[in-house]
Amino acid sequence: MPKFVSIEEAVKLIPDGATVMFGGFMGCGNAHKFIDALSKSGVKDLTMISNDGSMPGGPMGEDYYGVAKLIHNKQIKKLIATHVGLNPEVAQQSMQDGTLEVILVPQGSLAEMIRAGGAGLGGVLTPTGVGTIVEENPLCLGKQTINGRDYLLMAPVRADFAVIGGYKIDKAGNVWYKGTTSNFNLVMATAADTVIAEAEQVVECGEIAPEDVRTSGVFVDYVVEGGLY
Amino acid sequence: MEKSEIKGFIAKRVAKELKDGDVVNLGIGLPTLVPNYLPEGIHVTLQAENGTIGSAAVNKENPDPIHDVDAGGSPSGVAAGGSFIDSSVSFGLIRGGHVDATILGGLEVDEEGSLSNWIIPGKKMPGMGGAMDLLVGAKNVIVAMEHTAKGNPKILKKCKLPYTAVKCITKIITEMGVMEVTPEGLVLTEINPEFTVEQVQAATEATLIIKDEPKSMV
Repeated sequence: MPKFVSIEEAVKLIPDGATVMFGGFMGCGNAHKFIDALSKSGVKDLTMISNDGSMPGGPMGEDYYGVAKLIHNKQIKKLIATHVGLNPEVAQQSMQDGTLEVILVPQGSLAEMIRAGGAGLGGVLTPTGVGTIVEENPLCLGKQTINGRDYLLMAPVRADFAVIGGYKIDKAGNVWYKGTTSNFNLVMATAADTVIAEAEQVVECGEIAPEDVRTSGVFVDYVVEGGLY
Repeated sequence: MEKSEIKGFIAKRVAKELKDGDVVNLGIGLPTLVPNYLPEGIHVTLQAENGTIGSAAVNKENPDPIHDVDAGGSPSGVAAGGSFIDSSVSFGLIRGGHVDATILGGLEVDEEGSLSNWIIPGKKMPGMGGAMDLLVGAKNVIVAMEHTAKGNPKILKKCKLPYTAVKCITKIITEMGVMEVTPEGLVLTEINPEFTVEQVQAATEATLIIKDEPKSMV
């Protein structure tokens, strides 16, 4: 069973230099209250695995939205992502300042590499990226031809922590996601040593039907309640 | 053609490529205009790679920009009969050949049907996002873009920028014409009657093959 802790307690779990996966897509599905607290914690030198760097200017007028707060506060030293074009601070820190290392991976490959990491698989064979500079990516382990078609062998990806943005989480840690927020959360919840899930609402067991559970509580180590966004 | 009319003109022609019942993924920018021009009786299911099958306009009575966005991160909605999926399933759908058509723009395309649109080394590195998977996995890859950039050809003999994917394009549609990618090269199948074949070729670095007299694209 997961531990139910305060956001402050959960933030203290993450040390300098940790590798942390953040579920979310352009901020949608980020664990917003946890990330906000982490951005004020002074934790630094993180490796962030995330679809993107989110963006400045959130839908409710936020100056920085979701994981963009961590980039803005220069807490990330390495970013593994698929798209960073909507957050100009990523280009500033990586190309101008030279303080942020960025590794870009195709989105479908990254999702499946994380799934492999969480499912005990040794890698992913995908046709995506064949003939492109993805072949030179440090996470690309080689090329194989199967039944006449070329595939890249992409490494499985795991992290020290996964930070998940759920909507309802029950007392057993089962997660229900709203709208498009499941995105990378679903695979990331399986692929880290410690999984911290933020609920907008914590509910009693039974309030989420077993059929509607997308992330089982067995994957979740800590739950924090962030309140409705 | 007025500059302001070009995008709508291209989108209108692209819309004719779609068949009733197709599952379609649209890139950002010009491709998002295509549904506005679907012929009567043609209904398609829009797929957004961040996790929607059946994307629709934002529900005006009950917008939810926190929990429902499109693949550009902007507020979105879902049609009746639609569903939400996670990124792994979404890209399984894409790579697995379940998407009938993807429509996207390009910085450069070439006569082998390769496309570059995700990085300008040393200048811009927005990332490939889902584009590489879409180009490899969709049954039809339609590039919808302006024929030139600031007067310079974008349809080249060989892309100079790093590829997004190689030998993947089905068709290129611009304000000047429609080009099909074939093993022999780019065949100009349709032309905007405002231009001559010579003018289209002059704006194109790749050699355009004329098999039959190009039809009017309007």
